[in-house]
Amino acid sequence: MINADSLRLTVIGAVMALLVPALATAVTEGESQAIQPAHNYVGNVESLQRGAKYFVNYCLGCHSAKYVRYNRLAEDLGLSEEQLIENLMFTGERPYDAMTNAMPAEDAERWFGVAPPDLSLTARSEGVDYIYSYLKSFYLDDERPTGVNNRVLEASAMPHVLWELQGWQEAIFHEEQAADGGVNREFVRFEPVTQGVLSAEEYDRFVRDIANFLDYVSEPVQLERRNLGVLVILFLLVFLLFAWMLKKEYWKRVQ
Amino acid sequence: MGIGEVSGWDWLGARLHGVREWIDARFPMSKLFREHASEYYAPKNFNFWYYFGALALVVLIVQIVSGIFLTMNYKPSAEEAFASVEYIMRDVEWGWLIRYIHSTGASAFFVVIYLHMFRGLLYGSYRKPRELIWIFGMLIYLSLMAEAFFGYLLPWGQMSYWGATVIVSLFGAIPVIGEGLAEWIRGDFYISDITLNRFFALHVVALPLALVFLVVAHIMALHEVGSNNPDGIEIKDQKGDDGIHPIDGIPFHPYYTVKDLVGFIVFAIIFSAIVFFAPDMGGYFIEHANFEPADPLRTPEHIAPVWYFTPFYAILRAVPDKTFGVILMGLAVFLLFFLPWLDRSPVRSIRYKGWMTKLALGSFAVSFVALGYLGMQPATTVYTNLSRLFTVIYFLFFAAMPFYSRWDNTRPLPDRVRGHD
Amino acid sequence: MSDDVDASRRHFLTVATTVTGVAGAALAAAPFLFSLKPSARAEALGAPVELDVSKLDPGAMIKAEWRGKPVWALRRTPAMLDQLVAHDAELRDPASEQEQQPPYAQNEYRSIRPEILVVVGTCTHLGCSPLPRLQPNGEEMGAGWPGGFYCPCHGSKFDLAGRVYKGVPAPLNLLVPPYRFLGESVILVGSDTGSA
Repeated sequence: MINADSLRLTVIGAVMALLVPALATAVTEGESQAIQPAHNYVGNVESLQRGAKYFVNYCLGCHSAKYVRYNRLAEDLGLSEEQLIENLMFTGERPYDAMTNAMPAEDAERWFGVAPPDLSLTARSEGVDYIYSYLKSFYLDDERPTGVNNRVLEASAMPHVLWELQGWQEAIFHEEQAADGGVNREFVRFEPVTQGVLSAEEYDRFVRDIANFLDYVSEPVQLERRNLGVLVILFLLVFLLFAWMLKKEYWKRVQ
Repeated sequence: MGIGEVSGWDWLGARLHGVREWIDARFPMSKLFREHASEYYAPKNFNFWYYFGALALVVLIVQIVSGIFLTMNYKPSAEEAFASVEYIMRDVEWGWLIRYIHSTGASAFFVVIYLHMFRGLLYGSYRKPRELIWIFGMLIYLSLMAEAFFGYLLPWGQMSYWGATVIVSLFGAIPVIGEGLAEWIRGDFYISDITLNRFFALHVVALPLALVFLVVAHIMALHEVGSNNPDGIEIKDQKGDDGIHPIDGIPFHPYYTVKDLVGFIVFAIIFSAIVFFAPDMGGYFIEHANFEPADPLRTPEHIAPVWYFTPFYAILRAVPDKTFGVILMGLAVFLLFFLPWLDRSPVRSIRYKGWMTKLALGSFAVSFVALGYLGMQPATTVYTNLSRLFTVIYFLFFAAMPFYSRWDNTRPLPDRVRGHD
Repeated sequence: MSDDVDASRRHFLTVATTVTGVAGAALAAAPFLFSLKPSARAEALGAPVELDVSKLDPGAMIKAEWRGKPVWALRRTPAMLDQLVAHDAELRDPASEQEQQPPYAQNEYRSIRPEILVVVGTCTHLGCSPLPRLQPNGEEMGAGWPGGFYCPCHGSKFDLAGRVYKGVPAPLNLLVPPYRFLGESVILVGSDTGSA
């Protein structure tokens, strides 16, 4: 279909186009590994149900998810209206209400310095892995007003809300005199200081469920979207078959 | 079936024929169909590259239709725009699909248009007598860039906001009138509700109208002179026995309608794969930072235009001087208009051109892709130097064309087109 | 030239491609058309509303807004209820046979509890909101008026059960929305099942 000349050009172009990024990655190698993969799966409805419950109990006090309606949540997560009201709705909202929180933004700003962001889209703007890693990366730091710092988001204004579950941990840094006279601080590892209610594995799962829930929340239609995509493409393949045979039929006499 | 029996189909056919005659007596319906489809003779040797013109038309229609439905739920105000997009994504039934079709369509438009333009470069489709087709096409490309730029502000996310801020600031680089011009475009001292409102008007009314008008002009000009082909020879020079129809031409309908249908379905499959499985294309079609509402007080850490603008953005950044950078970027687009007069080769198609043209066009394509990649990366020293190298190659393609196109060893042209498919 | 054309094969493929294409176009059009339905937000805004009738005196009426339309609750006096049976002959649909009410309101009073009438206050002619003319006779309605509703737009008349009179433009009785009682004196308008 493609003639030799244009094919050759295309191949040269493709090779060059591949080379440039390869060159580029070599340059940016060595970035920090603060963000770890969450390994979540949005299709896991039980994880989403747990995540929803954790979110409502631990996050919704300060953060909203204002584009999410409770009834949509119940429908997608396979909850009945009773289960929804019993497990996820505590402050007299109606089922079709959005997940807003009661804290006025001005108060929040006074208390934390910044208003806690709405979390409806965080999994799309920052990424699921970011949320997962962020919630695991609080460490003790006396210089912060909240008593904790965060490795993923340095000087984060958020206190370690989940400390009872995770326990406290401190960060071990490797310090080194830099050539310019300053000090290079390089993160080595986290060291537990006190034991939390959950074991390390349980806490990982807990945080993964929240991250998974926020992944779902950032695009509730994503499961449905993929299923529909398979059907659409199958239909198009059938259409393609007919159209291609028709084209062959017409073109077989052309020269 | 015996004589005298009339089947239902025959009856229906007779009725439809009557309707057609009634219309034809009042409006040139059949005449238009003949002139532009069933008796428009296209060269029979169109190859892969010739799918993209028809596809561009399809994408235009898809964008207009999906755009109309988005407009029904979108609110062009700084207060409500971001939330109204999420409203479309969540509360409007099937709104997510319509939005993804539109956002994917924007990128698809540029993919198709870039391949369509490259086809023109390969086979010299801009050469005499097709200069006006090329110029209309370039105007379509310019309008499309404006359309995409205005449209990108509408979701009112961080990327929308800061992308618009940066691009409008480019106009500020023009000496003397620059700052005033930038304020005139924005209607304010920064990108504000006022800017959003006017960009909306331009995006949904003004530019779509201009695009449709230019597309009609582009096709009318094409059908006036006839299509070029991969061999770059005129099929009209070789008439068949009837002395009217080109011997190497075949009626556009049904031959190319069925062929383009196949191309369209393949395109639709790829398009659907993106819409349903990767609508943000890893951040290339919908950028991650655009899921945060616009905040005039905080720039995202890393900002870059959407991929289809990055080649020109890389050229801009490659130049250390603001004003000269803007001029060079404008020139990078503007020079394309002059291709019909820069190319002095005795032949049109790359098939009959020599190694110089092949090298020039090959390195031009590579530099365009490379600049596109570099425009997305942070401006480190290595990247900036690479951008400068490719910028030089990009402009050499145009600057040296009058010379290499003349000096190049060309091969003799055949009388008839070579094969098809 | 046309000798080597396999006409039946070509015909079959043309039909198959066309049918698939038309089906595909119809399927592709569906999401666009469905997107025009009331959205989740419209559904939320159109959610059931509560109406407290505890302070409603006999013979008095209150209004609420549901889905952008007025909903009336009228506490009818025994006298009002008594006269409802007296003018059946003048009504278009005295037995409420048209589906303008849920089954539980298809009775002589067109209500769940006889004294409380709940109707959508929108004329079934062209959507104006009729005026309450609850008192019998009166200057405006003239002698013989038993009390009811009068639409100022085109003169349609309804009785105190929202039933339309003969000889007026409105074709149907006023609509009784789905509703139910939450406890003694709170009405939930817009839903007759499940919880609020």
